[in-house]
Amino acid sequence: MRNRKATPYVLVLPAWIWLALFFVVPIGGMLSLSLTTGNVVSGFQQTFEVGNYVTAVSTYWEQILRSLFYGACATLVCIVVGYPMAYWIAFKAGPHKSTYLLLILLPFFVSFVLRTISWRFLLADNGVVLGPLKSIGLVPADLQLLNSAPAVILGLAYNFLPFMVLPIYAVLERMDSRLVEAAHDLYAGRFQAFVRVVLPVSLPGVFAGVLMTFIPTSADYVNASVLGGAHNTMIGNIIQSQYLVNNNYPIAASITFVLMGLLLVGIFSYARALGTERVMEVHT
Amino acid sequence: MKHPSRAQLNPALLRGLTRARRTGGPALPGLTRRRTLQAGGAAAAALALSACGVGGQQRDTADDADYWADKEETGSLRWANWPLYMDPDRTQIEQFTEATGVDVAYREDVQEAASFFGQIQPKLANGDDIGYDLITLPNGFEFSKLVELGYLVPLDHTQLPNFADYAGEIYKNSAYDPGNRYSVPYTSGVTGIAYNPDYIDREITSIADLWDPEFEGKVGMFADPQEIANFGLLFNGVNPADSTKEDWEAAAEKLKEQRDSGVVRAYYDQDFIQPLTNGDLWITMAWSGDIYQQNAEEGTNLRFVIPEEGATLWTDNLLIPFTSKAPVDALKLMDFLYEPEIATGLTEYISYIPPVPHAQEVMAEWAEAEDGTERGEALAEMVESPLVFPSDGDYQNLHNYVALETDQQDEFSSIFQAITQS
Repeated sequence: MRNRKATPYVLVLPAWIWLALFFVVPIGGMLSLSLTTGNVVSGFQQTFEVGNYVTAVSTYWEQILRSLFYGACATLVCIVVGYPMAYWIAFKAGPHKSTYLLLILLPFFVSFVLRTISWRFLLADNGVVLGPLKSIGLVPADLQLLNSAPAVILGLAYNFLPFMVLPIYAVLERMDSRLVEAAHDLYAGRFQAFVRVVLPVSLPGVFAGVLMTFIPTSADYVNASVLGGAHNTMIGNIIQSQYLVNNNYPIAASITFVLMGLLLVGIFSYARALGTERVMEVHT
Repeated sequence: MKHPSRAQLNPALLRGLTRARRTGGPALPGLTRRRTLQAGGAAAAALALSACGVGGQQRDTADDADYWADKEETGSLRWANWPLYMDPDRTQIEQFTEATGVDVAYREDVQEAASFFGQIQPKLANGDDIGYDLITLPNGFEFSKLVELGYLVPLDHTQLPNFADYAGEIYKNSAYDPGNRYSVPYTSGVTGIAYNPDYIDREITSIADLWDPEFEGKVGMFADPQEIANFGLLFNGVNPADSTKEDWEAAAEKLKEQRDSGVVRAYYDQDFIQPLTNGDLWITMAWSGDIYQQNAEEGTNLRFVIPEEGATLWTDNLLIPFTSKAPVDALKLMDFLYEPEIATGLTEYISYIPPVPHAQEVMAEWAEAEDGTERGEALAEMVESPLVFPSDGDYQNLHNYVALETDQQDEFSSIFQAITQS
């Protein structure tokens, strides 16, 4: 600590107060709630009932695993679609970079729910996409996309794509283009230069993108509600209905912590496996 | 790309992941063991503060007998209703204000009973104003909870003469609110079966048709535990109002078979109309008024049937929360809506069942007076519609929901949510 002045601490104080008030306290309350028994009429007693967790996991393990799987698939789709986008904007878009970035962000100007509902029109059995394909016989006439797992995953990927594109773009944009020249000087072809230079440099961006898509997609419930079918319930839907429909706060809180724990374990082991000490490296 | 094992990781990849940045630092600055412990300590302190559970939320209703003694008209009223439950011009409210001088702030804020309950319950538990003096909620778990928690004002029936004169008998003795202690009906509807004859070329008559493998992936069911339970129970020949836990489990078994056979496309909250119109659904559980409105406004040809096994009658009710700032004005409005002319006007737009049977006669008079006009035709059609004015025979075939206490509700919900939330 060379800088003994108090200024930085004063500056960071609002953030700490914010976090303490709106994160630590509620999380503490939630943890306490997850260890209660009772119902909304007679109240919830602090009985330190660990059985809530057992009930939550044993009842909803399927939805938990499904959510992580959908989240992972959506994240993968985001990488496959988003990386080339970010690459292109960073290196090939020339003077119009900011326009393209704005286009990436444009969907955010429309309500999340509305955007998701509009996918219904796209994916309907005889809708804009499937209708023509069916009429020319490219796909079987009874093919259904809406209310299926692919529809939910596509919806998730679409809704969170910008969170993948932006961090990757931020890293690539800062990359020193002379690195690529150096690679060419060392006889690397375009592919080799990409694999050995560009990709490694951009990995922190991908990593950040994965965090920013995997976490919210795994916990999302809007897409499953709007685009899912009879067997696509995600854990977010369960939490939502346990809280708001059943008022079963202890179980809802338990599931929340189980999900949070799984995500944290997943992220840290992911970071550890890649040998990084730092979980967030991107500064936009 | 093949997945390299840890030992063979490209060193450049690792450098990319671990390289320090010129600007900023790691997001978890100096997360040393000591810091972690401190953070843990802070969290534990927060936990200690909050580790006291949540108290019982019930209100003491001992003094409610004198509730009306000191209440007076205020001249303004805030009403939370469901969307599309009054014409866009708010005709009936205009008439009410004209007749009584009471201004009404009308809000279409109730989108779903459960989430609305979730929104108002904490405020009511604190005795805070919820922002509404009058609310519209269906008979169902939320309604029972509000009654059980003591959050509703017992109505003063001396101030509801129109209700006494004009309400239909069936609406005066409901299972969920005996003697209309806390509520009067706003409007009623039937949960039955709707189908699209463009895709189904036979008459649909039975709940069993929802299990027909011919309709694979084209059947819609409701996600609401009570709604779907009722259909499972009726399918098994059980009257929902008298059902027991064994009946619920048997019904759930049937519904599970239906789901696992692949006929169910999805479980819907209330957005089944669009899929039914465009062919994503061929046949679905449906609410009478929605189908009537869709046919009247969009010119669609959807059919609605009360199946031979029976269907359920639900009611949206007007309630006064105990935090209401204008209970007298709320009572006035309740009573006003029971004037036959007013009830008829309301029904003309929303096309659900009015709790005022007399509205059918009034509507017939209107239809005659407007004979030959478009409106006259629409009215004449509505007068004849069993969806809006069920006959006594239809009513024979309509069942009430089962009324349950909170602890039974949890059991009931979990049995049927296991079907709809798999």
